[in-house]
Amino acid sequence: MSLERRQFLKIMGTTAAGAGMLGAFRFLEKGEATQILGSGNPNQKWVFLVNTYNCVGCGMCVRACKLENEIPYNAPVSRTWVERYVELNSGKVLADSPMAARDGFTADNPMGKTVNPADITKAFFVPKLCNQCEKPPCVQNCPVGATFSTKEGIVLVDRTWCIGCGYCIMSCPYGVRFFHPVYHVAEKCTWCYHRITKGLKPACVFACPFGARQIGNPQDLNDPVTKTIATQRVAVLKDEYGTKPQVFYLGLDRIVR
Amino acid sequence: MSHVWRPLYVVLGIVAAILIARFFVVPPQFGVWERGYMYGWHNKAAETWWANFRVGYKGREYCKDCHPDNYNKIMASPHKIIECEDCHGPAIGHPDNPPKLEIIKSRLLCLRCHTKLPYPTSLRSQLPGFLNPDEHNPGIECVSCHDPHSPVLGGK
Ligand code: HEC
Ligand code: HEC
Ligand code: HEC
Ligand code: HEC
Repeated sequence: MSLERRQFLKIMGTTAAGAGMLGAFRFLEKGEATQILGSGNPNQKWVFLVNTYNCVGCGMCVRACKLENEIPYNAPVSRTWVERYVELNSGKVLADSPMAARDGFTADNPMGKTVNPADITKAFFVPKLCNQCEKPPCVQNCPVGATFSTKEGIVLVDRTWCIGCGYCIMSCPYGVRFFHPVYHVAEKCTWCYHRITKGLKPACVFACPFGARQIGNPQDLNDPVTKTIATQRVAVLKDEYGTKPQVFYLGLDRIVR
Repeated sequence: MSHVWRPLYVVLGIVAAILIARFFVVPPQFGVWERGYMYGWHNKAAETWWANFRVGYKGREYCKDCHPDNYNKIMASPHKIIECEDCHGPAIGHPDNPPKLEIIKSRLLCLRCHTKLPYPTSLRSQLPGFLNPDEHNPGIECVSCHDPHSPVLGGK
């Protein structure tokens, strides 16, 4: 087969253009990325501690979260919520969280039922929020890289980049993610990233009068939260999923889902 | 032979167009750091955006100078553990805009904590309150008798 001059030039041209294109495949390399993205503070990570014994179910945390983070107040979605668990002598468990407990629990009516106090074996409140997993399935699943972990371990969503496919919402074992009713993109708890990066407490921690919610730095061994997690009997939700959740609970029970 | 090559050129053209588009569309601060392609995605621009989100709740020290009465009263009462903004909403902009913060006089505000729920292992069962709030002055706002900033009647 003999190549004509014309054909040869065509092939060479295409190859050159193709090689040029390959450059566009390039991602930032690790060192390069660290340089541009910033290495963060290696001594700063975040961890959350929930003391369920102290939770009274007033819902001030949920109210504060919605107002702080501009989640439409009357929409039935929330970044954080409080669940009520009531176990009866019969073994039956009543669990509810009306309107994410935005208005607290003002009556003894779990799931709309009246219960006789004498029938209750145990009953308590469990605040829920994003676990900021060390191995976040939502980050792994995002087809467009719109959600990512910061160096301090907080998982954020890029609102300009999210395509609203909902994979992350499906993949979160804790049901923490939802569609933002206004922006129509995936929305999640950020542990108030804008507050903790300024040395403030997350809105829910700030709003809790009873210290049921606390945040700390696991890299700092003198941090009271880190000490509690290290020395007390704490548990995490759905450990078996292998997501390495970073919210630790005091007083968790098997009836908590 | 050219009829064989032509579809290939079309495909190459499309690939080229996509790559060129990608070059312009992907944000410059998007990349992958140490944790690799599974968990290591990162966009510095989005991180900065979230870090710059406005802070709504200010804390009670902010109220102190302008509302010293309320501040001093509540700090001397059993309600000192409750932040002002829990009841009055975030103070962002106040007093310029909004000039006044929300005041909730509903009984339901107080009953968030003062309906006694008989839940043995929860702190809730230890707060002062009423198993049946309808037996404690029903129909009257709590604040017409109790000052929320100093709720104990007859002193304190
Ligand atoms: C710079 C001074 C200033 C600060 C700081 C401030 N306020 Fe005010 N606040 C005002 C003024 C002025 C008014 C309007 C008073 C009026 O018109 O009667 C007001 C009104 C209010 C009202 C409504 C009062 C009414 O009679 O309707 C509430 C509630 C309130 N403030 C709560 C707070 C809280 C809670 C904070 C702290 C987070 C706070 N304020 C911080 C100046 C301030
Ligand atoms: C438990 C909820 C609660 C907390 C906490 C609270 N307030 Fe109030 N506040 C109220 C209610 C309810 C009223 C309306 C009282 C009334 O009309 O008698 C009120 C009224 C006010 C008013 C209007 C003037 C007055 O005294 O009636 C101001 C100003 C105010 N609060 C400021 C504050 C500040 C500052 C703090 C924190 C130091 C605070 N409040 C904490 C519930 C609360
Ligand atoms: C966030 C929870 C919460 C809210 C909301 C709340 N309180 Fe309280 N209240 C408490 C706590 C905690 C105490 C102190 C209990 C103690 O001393 O052990 C208390 C104490 C009291 C007391 C004194 C009880 C006693 O021992 O004599 C009264 C009265 C009272 N509150 C009335 C009110 C009124 C009226 C409102 C609504 C404006 C209100 N509370 C809203 C948590 C709350
Ligand atoms: C008509 C006036 C009036 C109204 C309205 C009222 N109270 Fe009281 N409350 C009292 C009096 C009087 C006492 C007994 C005096 C005391 O112990 O301080 C009392 C006592 C209390 C106590 C202490 C009970 C205890 O076990 O120690 C709490 C808590 C309380 N009230 C909360 C509320 C709440 C919450 C509301 C609204 C749902 C409310 N009150 C409405 C007059 C009132």
